Amino acid sequence: MERVQTPEEATSRDGSAAAGDRAAPLLVVDGATKFFGPVKALVDGSITLFAGEAHALLGENGAGKSTLVKILAGVHLADGGHITLDGHPVRFTNPIDAREAGISVIYQEPTLFPDLSIAENIFMGRQPLRSGKRIDRAEMIKRAHEVFVRLGVPLDPNRSARGLSVADQQIVEIAKAISFNAKIIIMDEPTAALTEVEVQRLFDVVATLRAQGAAIMFISHRLEEVFAMCQRVTIMRDGAFVKTAAVEDITIDDIIYSMVGRDIVSLYGDHARTPGVTVLDVEHLTREGVFTDISFSVRAGEIVALAGLVGAGRTEVARGIFGIDKLDAGTVTISGHKLKTGSPLQAMNAGIGFVPEDRRQQGLVMQMAIDRNASLASIGRLSHFGIIRQASERKLASEWAARLQLKFGRFSNPVMTLSGGNQQKVVLAKWLARQPRLLIIDEPTRGIDIGTKAEVHRLLGELVEQGIAVLMISSEMPEVLGVADRILVLHEGRLAAEFGRDEANEALIMRAAAGQMKAGVS
Amino acid sequence: MSVIDRTEAASPVTTSLFIKILKFRELAIVVAILLVFALTYFKNSSFASTASIQQMLSGPAIIIMLAVGETLVIVTRNVDLSVGSVLGLSAYLVGDLFVHYPHMPVVLALLVGLLIGLVCGVVNGVIVAYARVPALVVTLGMLYIIRGIDAIVVNGVQIQPSQIPQSFVNLGSGTILGIPILFLIAAAAVAIVGYVMRTFRPARDLYAIGSNPEAAVLAGVRVPRRVFSAFAISGALAGLGGALWLAEFATVASTAGSGYELNVVAAVVVGGVAIFGGSGTVLGAALGALLLNTIDQALVASRVSSFWNQAVAGMLLLVAIAFDRYVSVRAEKILRVEGAHRGDA
Amino acid sequence: MAMPEVTVLEEMLDARPNPLVQFIQLFSPKRWETQLVVLFIVSLLYGWWVSPYFLNLETFFFAGLNFGEIAIMALPMTLIIITGEIDLSVASMLGLSASTLGYLFMHGWNIWLAMGICLVVGVAGGALNGVLVTRLGLPSIAVTIGTLTLYRGIALIVLGSNTAVGFPTWTQKLSLPIGSTHIAYDFAIFVVLALIFGVVLHMTPVGRSIYAIGLQPETAFFSGIRVKRIKFSLYVISGFLCAFAGILYTFQQASSASDTGVGLELNVVAIALFGGVSIFGGRGTIFGVFVSVAIFASLQSSLTAINVSGQAQSIVTGCLLLLSVLIPNLSETVKRLRVKWFHARLRSVRRSGEVS
Repeated sequence: MERVQTPEEATSRDGSAAAGDRAAPLLVVDGATKFFGPVKALVDGSITLFAGEAHALLGENGAGKSTLVKILAGVHLADGGHITLDGHPVRFTNPIDAREAGISVIYQEPTLFPDLSIAENIFMGRQPLRSGKRIDRAEMIKRAHEVFVRLGVPLDPNRSARGLSVADQQIVEIAKAISFNAKIIIMDEPTAALTEVEVQRLFDVVATLRAQGAAIMFISHRLEEVFAMCQRVTIMRDGAFVKTAAVEDITIDDIIYSMVGRDIVSLYGDHARTPGVTVLDVEHLTREGVFTDISFSVRAGEIVALAGLVGAGRTEVARGIFGIDKLDAGTVTISGHKLKTGSPLQAMNAGIGFVPEDRRQQGLVMQMAIDRNASLASIGRLSHFGIIRQASERKLASEWAARLQLKFGRFSNPVMTLSGGNQQKVVLAKWLARQPRLLIIDEPTRGIDIGTKAEVHRLLGELVEQGIAVLMISSEMPEVLGVADRILVLHEGRLAAEFGRDEANEALIMRAAAGQMKAGVS
Repeated sequence: MSVIDRTEAASPVTTSLFIKILKFRELAIVVAILLVFALTYFKNSSFASTASIQQMLSGPAIIIMLAVGETLVIVTRNVDLSVGSVLGLSAYLVGDLFVHYPHMPVVLALLVGLLIGLVCGVVNGVIVAYARVPALVVTLGMLYIIRGIDAIVVNGVQIQPSQIPQSFVNLGSGTILGIPILFLIAAAAVAIVGYVMRTFRPARDLYAIGSNPEAAVLAGVRVPRRVFSAFAISGALAGLGGALWLAEFATVASTAGSGYELNVVAAVVVGGVAIFGGSGTVLGAALGALLLNTIDQALVASRVSSFWNQAVAGMLLLVAIAFDRYVSVRAEKILRVEGAHRGDA
Repeated sequence: MAMPEVTVLEEMLDARPNPLVQFIQLFSPKRWETQLVVLFIVSLLYGWWVSPYFLNLETFFFAGLNFGEIAIMALPMTLIIITGEIDLSVASMLGLSASTLGYLFMHGWNIWLAMGICLVVGVAGGALNGVLVTRLGLPSIAVTIGTLTLYRGIALIVLGSNTAVGFPTWTQKLSLPIGSTHIAYDFAIFVVLALIFGVVLHMTPVGRSIYAIGLQPETAFFSGIRVKRIKFSLYVISGFLCAFAGILYTFQQASSASDTGVGLELNVVAIALFGGVSIFGGRGTIFGVFVSVAIFASLQSSLTAINVSGQAQSIVTGCLLLLSVLIPNLSETVKRLRVKWFHARLRSVRRSGEVS
C-alpha cells in the first residue's frame, strides 16, 4: 500500500530511530484494515512493539484504537494488512488463538467469576490436573501463589473473587495473563478507576513485567500517566496511523495536535463570572464510613469542582445530595428550602439535576429511543390528564438536540447507536430540560473525544452564565483547573482544602488530595 | 518499596471465613433436619422407629434425583421446568413396557427410564444451548408438550400394581442392611455427581457459565456444549426418577409428576443453590429436599393436620431465600472491607 | 462509526411525530403483535374448518367464560414481567381467595363481607410479595415460588378437603351471558381491565417508567422513577386481581375447594410470553397479550370441538410457546451458524497450507 510520508512521520514507523539498535521487534502490525459494512473502522492500523517496553496507543474516540486492539485480541478478523509476532506472520480467528499466541488483553469491564476462587479464576479451563483428569487444587493454588509472588502482590488465591476492588480485579487479570505466558499485555484505560496508591502499584507491576521481557501496550486518555509510565507512544487518527515517537521526543501539545489534526486553542473557554445567590448549601453531611462533616455551598453562576483521589468520596457526596444514598447526618438546602434527603424525586422537584458517572448504566436506557431518554425525567410535565403528549415529547427532544448539536439518525433510534459524546449530550438534555437550579455532573467528559469535550465545557460555561449553579466532579486535573471557579478537595471523606480559581495549581490540589495539606505548609 | 516483603502467606482469617461461609449452608440444613427430628421425637417417640426413619430416607429419594439434575441446570443460570412432566412420561412408559414384557430385567427398566428422560433433556438442551432462547420459556413449553404427549399415550389407562413384576417393586420398597434401596440409589447419584462437580473441568465450566457468562466465553469455555449437557443430564435423571417412581408406587396415572418441578426448584433453593447460578452444591440441594420431606413427615407424626405442610414448606422456602441473601450481602461486605484494609498496608 | 444519512424530509417528519405514520408502523409485519393477529385469524379459520358451529356466538361465550380468570390474571402479570420480575403465586392466590370465600360463606358470613375479606387477603398477599422483592431485594422467581406454596398451603388450612357450595343464587348469574348478549361477564370485565391497563402501560408516565425499569432499573432510579414503589404496587394489584378472579371463578363454578386453580400460573405466564412479553423485561404490549388470549381461547374451543382432551391440548400450548421464542430468534440463529461455518472453513483453508 503506497502512502506518502509526511515530515512528521520521518521518525520511521517502528520508531527505530528512537529505539537505537534494538533487537528485532516483538510485534509488528502493518496496515491493518477493518470495515463494518460501509463503515471504515480501521484503514491503516500500524504499531510496533519491542519486548520489555511500555507503549501507549493514543487517539480520540473513533480513531480506531479499540478496533486495532480487538484484532490483536482475536475478537475481529482483519480485512487486510499483516501482523507479525516474533518474526512469524499470524492471523487470529478467535480470542483463544490470540491468547495462546501470547497476547492478553485486560479490558475495562472485569471478566472475573465472582462465585469462584481467585485461583480458579486464573486457571478456568486450564486447571492443573492429576491422575484421571481430576483437578489438582493444591497445585492450582500453588501456581496462583507463585504468580502473585512474581507480581509482588499478596492476594489470597483461595479467596472468592467477589468483592474485590477494581484494582485487585485488574491484578487478577494480569495474573491470568502471566499464567498464559503472555508476551504482550494490552491494557484498556487501566487507571480509570484506581486510587493513587493503586496506580503506583500498577506502575510497579508493569515495571516487573517489563523486566521479565513482556511488552505492555496501554490505551489511555491520561497523558500525564502515559508520560510517567511509557517509553514510546503511537498516535492514531480517523482509523489510521499518524506517528510514533519516544516519550522524550514528543510533547503533550504535539500529541494533541496529532490526535486532533488541529490546534485546540483553548480547551477550556475564557470566562469572567459573577456568582449570584447561594443555590446549594450543605452542612455537616455525613455517611458512615464514606464521608464526614462535609459543608460547602455553591452559588448561582459558578462552577464548583470536587477534586480528590478515587475513593475520596466525591461521587458519594453527590449521590447523597441527590438522594440516591441515604445520609446519616447533615442538611441540604436548596435556595433556602431544606431538602428532604434520601429521595431523588424530592431532589429533582427542588431543582437538582444529576448527570451520573456511568452514563451507560445510570444515565441512559440504552435500548430506549433518543427522544424517550431525553424526556425520561420530564414525562410528568409532558402529560395532560395523565397521558403523555407525544408531540410535546418530540418537541423537547428536537429543541435540545439542536441546542446541543446532537449528531444522530432519527429520534426513534435507540440511544445506544450514538457515540459516547452524543450519548452524554442526551443525558445533559434530559436534565437541562427540567431547567434545574443546580446541576451536579460527575465526570462530564469521561470517555469522550476531545472535540465533544470542548463542546461540553462550553456548554457548562453557558449554563452558569444563565444563572445555573454547577457542581462538577472530575478526576482530570486540567479540566478541574480550567473549568472551575472554586475547587474543593476531598481526602478520605473529609474536606481537605478549598482553592479559588486563581490560586489553584496542580501541585496544591494533589497535595491536598493526598492528605498532605497542613496549615502553614506552602 | 521492596517487592519481596509484601508477599506474606495468605492470612488464615480470610481463608477460614470463606470456607466457613461455604460450608455453612450444608451444615445449617443438617442441623435443621436434626432439630426437626428431635422436636418431633419429643412429641411422638415412634418417629424414631426404624420404619419411620426408613420412610424419611426413601420418601425424598426421587425428588433428590431430580434436584441433582436441576442443580446442574440452575448453576448455569438456567432452569428446567419440564422435569415433572418427564418423570410422569417416563414412569408411564416404563410401566407400559412391563405390561408388554413382564420379564424385563430391573436394570433394563431403569435404563429405559433414563433414556426416555435423556431424549427429553436433549431436546431441551439443543433448543436452549444452540438456539439461545431463554430456558424458562423453553422448558415451560416442553412441560406442556410432554404433558400432552403423556396424556395421549396414557389415554385414560392406569398402570396397576399387579402389572409390575415383584423384583421391580422390591426396588421401591426394599432395604439393604436396613437402608432403603431408593435412598441408596439417590445417595449414589448425589455422591457421584457431587464429586464430579468438584473435580472435573467440564463441571467447573458450569459454575463459570452461571457466574459470568461473558467471561466464560472469553475463557474459552464451550458454553453451548456445557449447557446442553446440563439439560441432558437433568432430563436423564428425571427419567430415571420416573422409573423409580414406578418402583415406589407401582401405579401411574397421567397426573404423575404434575407440579413436581416447582417442588424440585424449591428444594434446590432451600439447599443453597443460587437461583441466578454460579454457586451451590448438589449435596446442598439433596439436603434441601431431605429437609422439606422431613418436615412433611414430622408434621404428620406430630398429628398436625397434613394440611399444614405446604404452608410450612412455603415459609421455609421464603426464610431460606431471605437467609441466603443476608449471608451473601454480609460476605460481600466482609470481603470488601478486608480487601480495603489490605490496600492500606 | 458513520451515522446513517437522514434526508431533509425525514428530518421534518421526525421533528413532529405523525400519528398516521406511527399507527401504520404499529402494524409493521416485523412486529410480533402483527404476526399474532395473523395467527388469530388463522386459528379462527381452522376452528371454522373443523366445526361448522365454531363461529357461533355460543362458542365466543364459552371461550370467554373459560378463559376469563386466566386473562384477567395475565394483565398484571404482563406489567410485572415487563419490569423484569415475575409472579408465580397468582393461581395460589386465586385458590386462597376462593377457599377463603367458601370458608367464610359456609360459616355464615354475609357474602359481600366475605368478598371484601377475600380482596383484602389478595392485597395482603400481593403486599407480602412486594415487600420481599422490593424491600428485601430477593429474586422474584424464588420468592413467588415460596408464596405460591405458602398461599396454597394456607388455602389448605382454611378449607381442608371440603368443598364449599350453596352460594347465593344471584351469583349464578355470573356463569350466564350478560343480559341478552352472548358476552360472558368474565370477558366483559377482562376487556375493561385490558383497556385500562393498556392506557396506563402505553400512554402514561407510569407505563413509560415500567418499561424503563425493565430495561435499566438503575437509570430509572437515577431519573427519579420510584422503582420500588412501582414494583410493590404491581404486586399488590396482582394480588388484588387474582383474589378477584378467585371470587369470579367460585361463583361461576358455584363451588370452591382448596385446589382451585392449581397449576394455572404457568398458563398465565405462557399467555403473557406468547403475547410478546419478553421474559427478560422491558418489552411487550397489552394488545399482544389480548390477542394471545384470543388465540388460546379460540384454539381451545376448536380442539375441544373435535374432542381433543384438555391435557392433549397442552401440546399446542407448549408448541406455541416454543415458537414464540424460536421464530424471532431464527434469523439470529441462522446468522450465527453462518458465521461459525465461515470460520470453520477458514480454519480448514489455513490448515491446508495457504498463507493468509
